[in-house]
Amino acid sequence: MAKVLVVTSGKGGVGKTTTTAALGAALAQRGDKVVVVDFDVGLRNLDLVMGAERRVVFDLINVVQGVAKLPQALIRDKRLENLWLLPASQTRDKDALTEEGVGKVIDDLRTRFDWVICDSPAGIERGAAMAMRFADEAVIVTNPEVSSVRDSDRIIGMLDSKTVRAEKGERVEKHILITRYDPSRAARGEMLTIDDILEILATPLLGIIPESQDVLKASNVGTPVTLSNVDGAPARAYIDAARRLCGDTVKMQVPTERKGFMDRLLRRRAA
Amino acid sequence: MSMGLLRLLRGNKATAPVARERLQILLAHERGMRGQPDLLGVLREEILAVVSKHVKLDPTKVIVRLDRGDEVSTLEVDIEVPNDLERKRVAVG
Repeated sequence: MAKVLVVTSGKGGVGKTTTTAALGAALAQRGDKVVVVDFDVGLRNLDLVMGAERRVVFDLINVVQGVAKLPQALIRDKRLENLWLLPASQTRDKDALTEEGVGKVIDDLRTRFDWVICDSPAGIERGAAMAMRFADEAVIVTNPEVSSVRDSDRIIGMLDSKTVRAEKGERVEKHILITRYDPSRAARGEMLTIDDILEILATPLLGIIPESQDVLKASNVGTPVTLSNVDGAPARAYIDAARRLCGDTVKMQVPTERKGFMDRLLRRRAA
Repeated sequence: MSMGLLRLLRGNKATAPVARERLQILLAHERGMRGQPDLLGVLREEILAVVSKHVKLDPTKVIVRLDRGDEVSTLEVDIEVPNDLERKRVAVG
């Protein structure tokens, strides 16, 4: 049974695209067949984060409008043979996404893949509404920061009312993914804690991605962070989150950077 | 406990509890409002409509203040009505 998963947040810049690429790659590494779909029409970036920006020929809007067939628009990842990308259009605007057209594309993707991961644009407008419209599950990416938590709450309200599942009286299964978390700042009372966020949003936790330099390094070179530094803290956190999505029970913890002797020495010197 | 002591010694205040409390108050309000018309907004519109039926309103002389609180919210509508205008109305009536 294919699952349609939307990665959403309301707020921009919290890590939706990073998360889409990282979870997509982690699920594909497990052997599932995965497509990541960019819904950020006009401001596409998933192709860049996935390192496929020079191979985009057709896009989601071309497929929605029947200009291209789905197999023509799908781009296969060069590292993982189970991972595919359906890019967004860079030139069209989001009004080109009709509900009927998007619904047909999603139905078609369901027959070809185990996971259809929709990377939502920021905001609560048409692009974001279309990205979540046909979702079975949702990952709500949240930073431990007041504006992000507020926007997540708003998005949870939309998932419970504006999706096809909600309108049929069914549930979209929702998960909170906390990104850019700094355990030491939270311990000092400078940052909302995991418990604060979960209590406020009343939604189960999928994973905690620690603040890390790995994330920028990975996007610099166009590689999902789960592939660029597999042993790094964010990669391990995303791999754990992907396992939980598949139903595995994985102990919840904040992975920390494994520092070698030289790292420690240099860090101490620098400080 | 040790964290609290450490903080006391350093003399800096934890800001996360403030963030948490502000969010809880705000979201309790926003969740209640979701999908409903904005009552205070509607009141403001209708009050001004009623007043402007009788008095020609100078938009720069109307001050509307809104304070959304935890338990109660206040809507303050401050309308300046020129005295001569009132006298004229009485004379005509």
